This record gives sequence, C-alpha cells and structure tokens, in this order.
Amino acid sequence: MSFDPGVWLAAFLTLCIFSFLYKDNPFYKFAEHLSVGISAGYGLVIYIRVTFIPIFIDPLSRGQWHMVPGTLGIFLLIFPALIGILLFSRFSRKWAYIARYPIAVIWGIGTGAAIPLALQNFIVRQLQATIVPITFSSWQDLGSLFIAVGVACGLIYFFFSKEHKGVFGGMATAGIWILMIGFGSTFGFTVMARVSLLIGRVIFLMKDWLGIIG
Amino acid sequence: MGFFERLTKIDRRIVFLIIMLSVILPLLLRVDFPITVTKEVQNVYDLVDELPAGSTILLPCEYAPDTMAELEPMLFAILRHCWSKDINIIAGLFYHTGVTLVEQEILYMAEKMNAEYGKDYVFLGYRPYPAVVIMSMGQNFRQSFPTDLYGTPLDDIPMMQGIKNYANIDLVLTINATSGVDQWIIWGRERYGFPFAIGVTAVMAADYYQYLNSGQVIGIIGGLKGAAEYEDLVNYKDMATMGMSIQSFAHIVIVLFIIIGNVGYFVTRKKKGPRL
Repeated sequence: MSFDPGVWLAAFLTLCIFSFLYKDNPFYKFAEHLSVGISAGYGLVIYIRVTFIPIFIDPLSRGQWHMVPGTLGIFLLIFPALIGILLFSRFSRKWAYIARYPIAVIWGIGTGAAIPLALQNFIVRQLQATIVPITFSSWQDLGSLFIAVGVACGLIYFFFSKEHKGVFGGMATAGIWILMIGFGSTFGFTVMARVSLLIGRVIFLMKDWLGIIG
Repeated sequence: MGFFERLTKIDRRIVFLIIMLSVILPLLLRVDFPITVTKEVQNVYDLVDELPAGSTILLPCEYAPDTMAELEPMLFAILRHCWSKDINIIAGLFYHTGVTLVEQEILYMAEKMNAEYGKDYVFLGYRPYPAVVIMSMGQNFRQSFPTDLYGTPLDDIPMMQGIKNYANIDLVLTINATSGVDQWIIWGRERYGFPFAIGVTAVMAADYYQYLNSGQVIGIIGGLKGAAEYEDLVNYKDMATMGMSIQSFAHIVIVLFIIIGNVGYFVTRKKKGPRL
C-alpha cells in the first residue's frame, strides 16, 4: 500500500467520483467542484506563466522581440495586445460596443483563413477519396465501390424533396442502414473509451494505491 | 413482474457493479487475450521505424488527466520506439491542463530510456490558439516558441540547431484528445504537406478514418487498443496490453447485457402485442 499522501488524495477523490454511480451525494459534489475549480485555477496560472510572461511581458521589458527587432517588433507586440484589451470594454455598458472591433478582427481573420482550407480538407479531399476509379482488379475496389454507393445512399436519405418510394426509397433505406452501422461503430468506440478510463482508474487504485498488483 | 420483464428492469447499480467486477477480476487473475495489429497502427509504426537515426519527430501532445488512461500508454510506446532508434522528439501542446502531466510523462520515459534533454528531446510547452500557432510554426518554430518550457531560447538548444520549421521535421505525430487533430489537418498537413499521423482516444478514432482513406492521415493509433498494438509492435508489453486484456473481458460482459436486455425487450413486447 502506498504511503504517498498525494496517491491517497487521488484515491479518495476517485472513490468520491465513483460514489455517484450509487447515487448523487456530497462527496461526489465536493470532488466535482474541486476538479472544476482546480482546472480553472491551473489554466489561469499556465496562461500567465507559460504564455503571457514569456511571449509578452519578457520581450516588452527587454524592449525587443527577437523575431522582428527594433520599433516594428515592439509595435507587433503592443498592437495585438491593445486590440485584445478592448475586449474588456464589455464590462462597461457605455463602452461595450468597442468590444465589437476586436471580435470583428478575430472573426474576420479566422473566417477568411478557415473557409477555403476547411472546404478543401473536409469536402473536396473527401470527395476525391470517395470517387476513385474502380477496376475490380482487387478486393480493395469492392470497398471503394461500397464507399461510393454508401455515400450516395446516405445523401439520398437526407433528400426530402422527393418521396422515398421505389428505387429511390430503397436507396434511402440502404442509406439509413449505413448510417446506423456508422453510429454503431462510433458507439462501440465510445464504450471502449469509457471502459478504458475505468480500467485506468482501477489499475491506479489496485496498483499505485493498494499495491495488490505488481 | 415476469422473468423477461425483470430482465428489462435490472437496476443500473447492479450493472455498474458487475462491470466493475468484470474489470477487477481479470486484473487479479491476469487474463490474457491476444492482440491483432491493425493496418492503421502498423502504418504509424512503419513510418517511424523507417526513419534514419537523427531524424526529428514533432510530437504535439494535447490531452489532460481525463484521457491519460488511453493516451499515456500510447505516448510511452511511441517514445520508447523513437528513442530506441535515436530519433529526436520535439514535444509541445495546445491544451493547457495537460502541461505538467505531459512533462512528467516525458521526463519519466526519458529517464527510463536515458534520453538527454536538448540532445534527444525538447519540450516546447504550451501555447493557446492552435490554428495561429500551427501556421506560425510553418514559418519558424521560434515565432510561437521563442523559448522552451524552461525559458531556454531555442537557438541555445543543440537539438534545435538547423530546425526552423516543418521542412526540417520528418513526421508530425499528434497524440490528441481534442479537436486539435482537425486543426492540424486544416492548418498544418494541407498547408505545409508534412507526413502526418495521429494517436487519438477511442471516442474520436471513428471520426478520423475518413482522413486515412483520403491520405490526409498516414496512420491512426486509436485508444487503448491502438496503444496495445503499438506496444506489441515495439515488443514491450506494458499498461495498454494489460488494459486491453481486461477490456476484452469487460466487452464480453457488456455484450451479454445488451443481449439480455434485448431478449427481455422483444419477449415482453411480443406478450404485450404490437405498438400502436
């Protein structure tokens, strides 16, 4: 059995969380609130120590950003910071509208950069991978055919401008089956993930805390 | 209440208890199930294995304690593989609650494998806004990470000499429990064209198989199962292999519960007659 107070605390909090499986109780609530609070506090400290100080405060105090030396470097540090500070105007009713400017900058740059790349990656490249030449020279071609037919049937299921009857209805039914198989696969992976997390905790309790297993 | 109706109304706490026992018992009895290596994990292994000594892998680790049960064994197996082949590692992350965790894990493995900081690996630390950081790293790593986590300028670190951007990296392999994978695909892989592989939680794995098919991702290590496969490939059976044997047993119990629930449901529905 471990004599490390940290391990005992972790074991106690693990059991507090597991106690929710029986029913909601103060121990669970305590552990839950502690987790949320510590995560927020830890995040703030990391933001300040690992990001804000080395990227902004340190170069500013030295009067130089090494990537772009001179006045331009300082400007490139201060200007974005000033835009960021404008977000805090949300706290004043009178000046709240000023926060729209930094939000506009963030949205504008983000959207402009993201839309072409997202279209390229999530639609064009996926379409290219779906419509591949099928020569029936290998078993892999059967898989490619199944993907192409599956995509078509799945899309037909979501086409509501024509009644799902006849061949069209049959393809829509095939589409819903394919979707269900996809959901089943995702659910199976989810169960596996959750059981993995349980296993991780049980191994911790039995190995690190109780020392039952080696 | 009849037998079959009882089957549909088993108290959830009994289900939880039996699942818990199905995890504890195989752990105590050391039940061993075989592990089959899948093509997507083999791809990642082959890619790393074929790299010559002195190559550099960028290893963004984006996870926190809530998913460490799945991703920690994966990280250990990959680090073991890389350092046994003298492949250098640049680790970093865009997920703030995992900084200390990932740092401790890398230090633990470095000690085990006698890897030297600054020579065999570098830990860049954390930066927010992955999209911006991923793009800026395409220009120069030093834009977003002028120093490593410990405040040492990258130019003063021997391993970072000659490494400017993705052009100097042989593989980007992210171990990820966040939507960061999408960011890497959009802002990194497509823009800069580096070889890209992922290690993700099992929940996420199904969503990324499409990128494997399109060639945007070279390989996927999915969840504890993927980690166990990688352990098998590096010939060092560790926590993931142990976990997967337990998992197989737990899955059998879950499948039994699904069958029991469905039998109860269909029999009682037949007795009650068709639904209106």
